[in-house]
Amino acid sequence: MVLRVQSLFGDERGPSLGQKLREVNWGLVALLTLIACVGFVMQYSAAGGNWEPWASRQILRFGFGVVLLVAVAVIELKFWYRIAYVLYGVGLALLMAVEIMGTVGMGAQRWVDLGIVQLQPSEVMKVALTLVLARYFHGILPEEIGRLRVVVPPLLLVLPPVALVLKQPDLGTAVMLLLSAAAVCFIAGVRIWKFVLAIAATLVALPLTWQYALHDYQRNRVLTFLDPERDPLGTGYHITQSKIALGSGGLFGRGYLQGTQSHLSFLPEHRTDFIFTMLAEELGMVGGICLLGLYLLVLAYGAGIALRSRNQFGRLLAFGVTTTFFIYVFVNIAMVMGMVPVVGIPLPLVSYGGTSMMTLLVAFGLVLCVYVHRDFTFNRRAALAA
Amino acid sequence: MERENQRQRIFSRRAALMLGGKLALSAGLIGRMYQLQVLESEQYRLLAEDNRISLRLLPPQRGRVLDRFGVELANSRQNYRVLLVPEQAGSVEAALDRLAEFVDLHEQQRRRILKEAQRQRSFMPVVVAENLDWDAFAAINANIADLPGVHPDVGESRHYPHGAALSHVVGYVAAVAEAEQTGDPLLELPGFRVGKNGVEKTFDERLRGRAGSSRVEVNAYGRVIRELQRREGQPGADVTVTIDYEVQRYLVERLGEESASCVVMDVETGEVLALVSNPAYDPNAFNVGLSGKAWRELATHPRTPLSNKAIAGQYPPGSTFKVIVALAALEAGLVQPGATVGCRGATVFGDHTYHCWKWRYGGHGQVDMRRAIAESCDVYFYEMGRRLGVDRISEMGRRFGLGQLLDIGLTSERAGLMPTREWKQKALKQPWTPGENLIVAIGQGYMLATPLQLAVMTARLATGLAVKPRLVRDGRAAPKWPSIGVQPANLRIVLDGMYQVVNAPNGTARKARPEVPASMAGKTGTSQVRRISSGERQRGLRKLHEKPWEEREHGLFVAYAPAEQPRYAVSLIVEHGGSGAQTALIAKDIVEMLLRRDPSQLPAVPVRVAGLDR
Repeated sequence: MVLRVQSLFGDERGPSLGQKLREVNWGLVALLTLIACVGFVMQYSAAGGNWEPWASRQILRFGFGVVLLVAVAVIELKFWYRIAYVLYGVGLALLMAVEIMGTVGMGAQRWVDLGIVQLQPSEVMKVALTLVLARYFHGILPEEIGRLRVVVPPLLLVLPPVALVLKQPDLGTAVMLLLSAAAVCFIAGVRIWKFVLAIAATLVALPLTWQYALHDYQRNRVLTFLDPERDPLGTGYHITQSKIALGSGGLFGRGYLQGTQSHLSFLPEHRTDFIFTMLAEELGMVGGICLLGLYLLVLAYGAGIALRSRNQFGRLLAFGVTTTFFIYVFVNIAMVMGMVPVVGIPLPLVSYGGTSMMTLLVAFGLVLCVYVHRDFTFNRRAALAA
Repeated sequence: MERENQRQRIFSRRAALMLGGKLALSAGLIGRMYQLQVLESEQYRLLAEDNRISLRLLPPQRGRVLDRFGVELANSRQNYRVLLVPEQAGSVEAALDRLAEFVDLHEQQRRRILKEAQRQRSFMPVVVAENLDWDAFAAINANIADLPGVHPDVGESRHYPHGAALSHVVGYVAAVAEAEQTGDPLLELPGFRVGKNGVEKTFDERLRGRAGSSRVEVNAYGRVIRELQRREGQPGADVTVTIDYEVQRYLVERLGEESASCVVMDVETGEVLALVSNPAYDPNAFNVGLSGKAWRELATHPRTPLSNKAIAGQYPPGSTFKVIVALAALEAGLVQPGATVGCRGATVFGDHTYHCWKWRYGGHGQVDMRRAIAESCDVYFYEMGRRLGVDRISEMGRRFGLGQLLDIGLTSERAGLMPTREWKQKALKQPWTPGENLIVAIGQGYMLATPLQLAVMTARLATGLAVKPRLVRDGRAAPKWPSIGVQPANLRIVLDGMYQVVNAPNGTARKARPEVPASMAGKTGTSQVRRISSGERQRGLRKLHEKPWEEREHGLFVAYAPAEQPRYAVSLIVEHGGSGAQTALIAKDIVEMLLRRDPSQLPAVPVRVAGLDR
């Protein structure tokens, strides 16, 4: 399987690069930029009204990420279809590499040093898993989808990376991978009773997991979630302080740059995982709902693109990515409001951090790629033959 | 194509289901936001303020204690100290180890700090070291980043420039004891000192002032970000005492090693110019904190440095009391001043023999009142006591300030005792015996007086007015004292007797006659520490220097000067000092110094005080 350069951007029968650029859904790009701007504004506030050191770097990263996004979007959809398993393989290899020689950061082995950049393999896996499942279900005929053997390959694809991420240990990301994979299976049409069965099995396995698979700090986080007052200066501190900051913001907030709790360091991690708290403290419930509204708009765009696509791969990919995106938004906001345990999940596009932003923009590049190639139809054999 | 349509239908159905689910979850998020930010917002706002705002007390500067001429007797100095907040330090032990590089901490201090850190709430600072020199303090400040929980602080420390000379008047300050906590947060401040004795204690609230407060914004680590509001406190007011430091210092030097006390009063104003109790202690040591050993040494010292003998030492007034008995007899009309009583060295009353101090030499012979006072004839006063009875004697004593608290504003003041028949029946459940009338007439028996009371007695004799002693100047002029209510002629006779004590050839204090132009009148007294048994009397009394120190008699002397125009009253008691005649020699030096300096004629510093809030 040799890749020719011209096949990356389409062949002589397809549209040119310029045409493709015009085809990119710039409305969605603008929407993502708007959300990222909310992030810059909050990073500016987190630094006490300074562009340095966070906002400026975040802008730089976003600029780079948008270029990446457009590049991903104009590449042939068929290319992504073909490369799905390769990417998955690379992701799995990286996860294993981390297991063997990964650097320790933030108390967990999550990074692998590639010399120039530190790469978080679980991020690669987030994209690769959606791609690979979309490709798999693309090849499943509607009449086959109800069969039991159809769900065996997806399970075999999902479980190894989840197990490796859990081993790092990174409970949050493992759950995220599982949920986004489940989402792709769901929209692909896997029978609902199979999900019910899976959930039931999980519930049965939960006590065993609690006993053997979870680390002390993970158990603590769950316990603390159930009762934040249990340890007000330890793990519960995050939740309690976050609720105080958020609640004290009220309906309209304390005003931009006026959030006392975040600025006085009562709120931990206020520019990364807990940035929503800071936003809601300074801009109030109104600010929080506005941001949530922007996220829902992205969701609507994603759903529209998926429904508009005339190939199953594109549909599953676009909807899968937007669903993963939404799960991130939901879990992060629910976490800072004390509705789910504290897991290290950033708020998409707003939290400070380069890796997650890159992953996200690449993923939305794929969504746009689906949009650009919305009218293509291809079956498995045709795609591979090219 | 049909297949593709079927796929799209399934997809659309599932996508709609998922979108619905996402919208439901979003609604859940908004509901939670509503709960936290609208319904419970008030509660979280309060918690946020609690987080953010911390109220700090600004301790007021303590007022000074000044003498009548403005000499500082107690002042406040900057105190470079180091505080430790256990909560911020993590491990107190480790923090002390790190601090040991900069300050010396011995084992005992470490134990105290650890104990205190355990006892207090963990966010309350504990004093680690005080009175650091500038170099050590600067070094700690420079390394503050490596010393979590350590706070260098400039506090205030009390200083007594004249040390022990005034400790019994000024007193001292020390850390607040747990029992003294009133809930006033000022008292809970680390290292805060309150008055424990003397003027420092009596006028504590006036000297303390009012605390200010500062509302500061702090971050999660307790570091102050900015001050939001500041309410200035009020520094403590100065207290000016009536003491003349120069006289006080002279007395302390003159009394030297003796266990003695002395009170000097201005007889016109009642102002106490000196109040000495020897030996004394260094009040600065109490401020820093006394070691257990040093405390025990002070508390068990045979010459009781901790007790203020001038106001709390109760002694039989001995022969100094005879002037009161004489006055009582004259006032009662029971004796003519010229009438004589024969003294052959002893008198027999009931089945007891009562000796005169001059029994060995066959007594005084025929003595009238003036001679009886001048030569301190016991037999004469036995007769007066027999005629008067104890009640009339004590009544006269009370008029002259004995047997009662004079309330000069020091806490340990004692009332002494002027016994009566009723008192004995009540206190001892025994009837008064006639023989005891004779004993009280020479100031022995149950009679007890303090040096302060004897000074007041002398001042009242010298003026004929009911002078009251004062230790603190409040800016008001001395009141016009009411008359003591005795016949001036009778008083004249007693004062004549006192003049002769010093100035007549037979006077008991003739050797203490001051150099002209100084002059004084007075009365000697000797009070027995233990009863002389008849066996001892027959074997012959031991000479003074043969007796052990603690068995020797107390020597007393009261005096006023100048004799012609009284201005100063002095009372002096030297414990185990032998006789009143020897004590008078010290009084002579004091009077000479007093008349040379004449402090009542020097301009005192003006004091403006609205009201004394003791």
